[in-house]
Amino acid sequence: MAKQKLVVIGNGMAPGRALEKLLETAPDAYEIVIFNAESRVNYDRIMLSPVLSGEKTFEEIIIHGDGWYIKHGITLYKGVKITKIDRDAKTVTSETGITESYDKLIIATGSSPFIIPVPGHNLPGVVTYRDLDDVHAMMLAAKSRGKAVVIGGGLLGLEAAAGLKEQGMDVTVVHLMPHLMERQLDPAAGYLLQRAVESRGINVICKANTKSIEGATRVTGVQLDDGTLLHANLVVMAVGIRPNATLAKEAGIAVNRGIVVAPDMRTSDPDIFALGECAEASGQVFGLVAPLYEMANVVAAQLCGKVDAEFKPTATATKLKVTGMDLYSAGDFADAPDREEIVLRDPTRGQYRRLVLQGNQIIGAVMYGDTGDGPWFFDMIKRGIDISEMRSTVIFGQSYQGGAALDPLAAVAALPDDAEICGCNGVCKGKITAKITELGLTSLDEVRAHTKASASCGSCTGLVENVIKLQLGDAYNPAAVTPMCGCTDLGHDDVRRLIKAKSLKSIPQLMQELGWKTSCGCAKCRPALNYYMICDWPGEYVDDSQSRFINERVHANIQKDGTYSVVPRMWGGLTNSKELRAIADVVDKFAIPTVKVTGGQRIDMLGVKKEDLPAVWADLNKAGMISGAAYAKGLRTVKTCVGTDWCRFGTQDSTGLGVKIEKFMWGSWTPAKLKMAVSGCPRNCAEATCKDIGVICVDSGYEIHFAGAAGLDIHGTQVLGHAKSEDEAIEIIAALTQLYREQGRYLERIYKWAKRVGTPSIKAAVIDDLEKRRALHDRFVFSQTFAQVDPWEERVNGKDAHEFAAMAELRLPQAAE
Amino acid sequence: MNMISGIWLDAGAADDVPVRGARVIKSPFGDIAIFKAVDGTLFALRDKCPHKGGPLSQGIVHGHAVTCPLHNWVISLVDGEAQGADKGCTPKIPLKVENGRVLLSGEAIARLGA
Ligand code: SRM
Ligand SMILES: Cc1cc2nc3c(=O)[nH]c(=O)nc-3n(C[C@H](O)[C@H](O)[C@H](O)COP(=O)(O)OP(=O)(O)OC[C@H]3O[C@@H](n4cnc5c(N)ncnc54)[C@H](O)[C@@H]3O)c2cc1C
Ligand code: SF4
Ligand code: FES
Repeated sequence: MAKQKLVVIGNGMAPGRALEKLLETAPDAYEIVIFNAESRVNYDRIMLSPVLSGEKTFEEIIIHGDGWYIKHGITLYKGVKITKIDRDAKTVTSETGITESYDKLIIATGSSPFIIPVPGHNLPGVVTYRDLDDVHAMMLAAKSRGKAVVIGGGLLGLEAAAGLKEQGMDVTVVHLMPHLMERQLDPAAGYLLQRAVESRGINVICKANTKSIEGATRVTGVQLDDGTLLHANLVVMAVGIRPNATLAKEAGIAVNRGIVVAPDMRTSDPDIFALGECAEASGQVFGLVAPLYEMANVVAAQLCGKVDAEFKPTATATKLKVTGMDLYSAGDFADAPDREEIVLRDPTRGQYRRLVLQGNQIIGAVMYGDTGDGPWFFDMIKRGIDISEMRSTVIFGQSYQGGAALDPLAAVAALPDDAEICGCNGVCKGKITAKITELGLTSLDEVRAHTKASASCGSCTGLVENVIKLQLGDAYNPAAVTPMCGCTDLGHDDVRRLIKAKSLKSIPQLMQELGWKTSCGCAKCRPALNYYMICDWPGEYVDDSQSRFINERVHANIQKDGTYSVVPRMWGGLTNSKELRAIADVVDKFAIPTVKVTGGQRIDMLGVKKEDLPAVWADLNKAGMISGAAYAKGLRTVKTCVGTDWCRFGTQDSTGLGVKIEKFMWGSWTPAKLKMAVSGCPRNCAEATCKDIGVICVDSGYEIHFAGAAGLDIHGTQVLGHAKSEDEAIEIIAALTQLYREQGRYLERIYKWAKRVGTPSIKAAVIDDLEKRRALHDRFVFSQTFAQVDPWEERVNGKDAHEFAAMAELRLPQAAE
Repeated sequence: MNMISGIWLDAGAADDVPVRGARVIKSPFGDIAIFKAVDGTLFALRDKCPHKGGPLSQGIVHGHAVTCPLHNWVISLVDGEAQGADKGCTPKIPLKVENGRVLLSGEAIARLGA
């Protein structure tokens, strides 16, 4: 029998799930064709906010990559919008004229953001927040670092505001109602949230009715009813969504608010299903993925012939996905006469909890601050638990209740294998336990990597951990740290803490005190320990050259044939005839085979014999050049552009500042290499936005960027803060570097460190707290007094001479023929 | 070759090899690395990693092993064998210390040229 043909309109999260389920049960039942108006594969739409804030890349949120469609023989039309369904002919036709016939059709067109029809709403610079194109438009606008106004103070609006702020914009949220998220929060909680939002430097205006959007050719501002004019070069409308039902309506399918479906998810045409945000079931439309995934399961089951599969709406839960702002809400909050509430407030600790009760059941829960009990409340809502026994303590959460039935482990143990644990990625309990056994997984990170469970919004992390705990028993230790190496069970952070706490000042002493398992460590731990000691005991600790990688031991870069390369400093990329002549002479004198301009704005001489190194350096030293540390886990280069000296766009002396920074920071050792750049204007010719630390000069001063990378990983920088003067910029940079030196794990670049400790904690220490900044800066300056010694000059003067000369040259009697 | 069997060649003073470090000895059959472990034991190997010929004398010495500077193979100083998952061996040169001098087996060195 020929395969039936299944056509899907829309390639969002809901149909993505339905197809997964369908392929699991009946991989060969249908020939599948998908049309998607967005020109991309299926991705995790709910993770757009982390993409906007720069915490994730688009690649990280893809659910089905191109390979998935190929593997399952699915035809995916990307960027092709369907404009007509002909139910008699059973065909769909696209805007571009492609016609496909179907046996079964799924309409999964999602919803569209609502745009308030005020004057100016269609000016360039007004965007909505729905898909990756919107995110790209916002990120592009953010490059100007201008002002953004977000209309709408709900979950989506706040996530957009936080992301734009993270991208360096000056952000104002305007909200029509008296307080933020009025559907979930009461005024007091709305106020707590507003305070948290404002503490990130985001302005909030409530009771603000937008009258018009101003601008001639593109947006310049937002005019409110009360006469306030807010300047803006970006306006984001996040005021709600509307199901996309027009296509169905035009085809004569029953449509109310959304496309009406029966419990079996069929529309008024039995061969056509509607699925996702566009569908209306039991009189409700949905805007969160969990119920949409339930719908998807039903559609898949129906397509496999399981005619009794039915969709029943259940309560939903959601979480504000802004790092550092914990807000969780589940269920229903609407006021009704038969409802009561229990509220817990602790404003000093920034805590708030509200439970909405109907009879003896919880039907809604909101929590702000400590949201750890969220899933527990949610579970009680879903299961309709009678709480009369614990009514007086229920608000305090799970740990205040006794009784085995509430033990979360027992609850997880009782779940069947097909119970869904991670809603975002649709991972059920059985899949997690199977992968743990099959691959011998032992940590949350590994489970995330292999199953995707809790890899998206993270609200199911506790559940996933409980599944792992049940499976592994005592073998699972969530707090387990990765040891530095095989010589110890201690992790990097513990070792760093103990070095300070126990005043450990040499590697042998440390190994003795901390019970190292080997006689003298290994090539992994020794360089790390040597760095930690140098950082923590400046001026006291004596560098252990035998614990350094060869390049840092001999201050040149080893090459594949055992020769070395030599890179002298060229401050800020500047050089002159004297330096160039000295380089030319050295190249001739020592017959150096290759001379190359590096990616770091200086010159590399490659293929120098080891024994020649001191003599080469002596000649370079004579011309005033010192080691460029092109080998160091330390300051490498400070790239610059020509700036105000020459460039018609330069706003500040970027070259001069770069030279100043390099002269101030050379010689410093850091956990991993440290590369910097200073660009004279946002055109950014020195590529400062992919460096560990970068400076972009602007009219009003200096924007300090950090946590970029362009090597094994590519990351744009985040903005750390703004400095008004060169001195302030240098102080911030030194403080940032020192914080990194003190907290970074060996070989951890700045972007990885920032990801681990969180940008807010770094900003708090380096930008907000002036006293801390000054103290960090001073510690950096102190350590520099010992670090700024040119290693080449030391070796020209005889230090470590044994490194550069053979101990003996043996002559053997030749064997006679 | 017989004429150097049993001959020990003077490679310098034992004290000149740094602890947890190495020195290079030049020979007509290629470089030899002399290592001194943390316990003072001296070892000599051909200065050539079994992987891609990296100079082992430039590596980090730990226990009775050295980590190659090029791609981090760990080579045993005792027998020149690569450790762990890696496979390969670099020739070991018998060595003794007499009156503070390092003496290398001439026969083993000559064999490097074979
Ligand atoms: C010489 C140079 C290439 C060139 O001819 O232009 C170079 C050469 C090497 N790079 Fe690089 N990198 C050079 C610029 C870069 C850049 C561009 C830049 O700095 O603007 C990058 C990307 C930016 C970044 O670091 O994020 C770069 C990313 C890397 C990486 C990846 C680092 C990462 O964490 O992702 C490595 C590997 C490592 O460090 O572990 C690496 C490692 C190396 C090593 C040290 C490999 C090695 O261990 O032997 C190469 C040494 C060759 C030598 O002996 O000179 N090199 N390397 C550049 C020297 C710049 C300088 O003046 O100091
Ligand atoms: C920024 C953001 C954050 C969110 N956060 C959360 C959260 O934390 N938790 C949560 O549960 N939910 C969240 N949501 C909501 C969630 O993402 C949606 O409920 C879900 O993605 C809807 O899935 P869907 O498949 O119904 O529709 P969509 O994912 O919207 O997919 C519809 C697709 O159909 C395409 N399409 C439309 N018309 C046509 C046509 N005529 N022809 C072809 N293709 C067409 C569209 O281009 C679109 O790609 C968030 C949404 C956004 C935008
Ligand atoms: S990219 Fe860098 S590390 Fe790779 S070969 Fe070139 S210089 Fe070497
Ligand atoms: S050459 Fe020694 S590890 Fe590759």
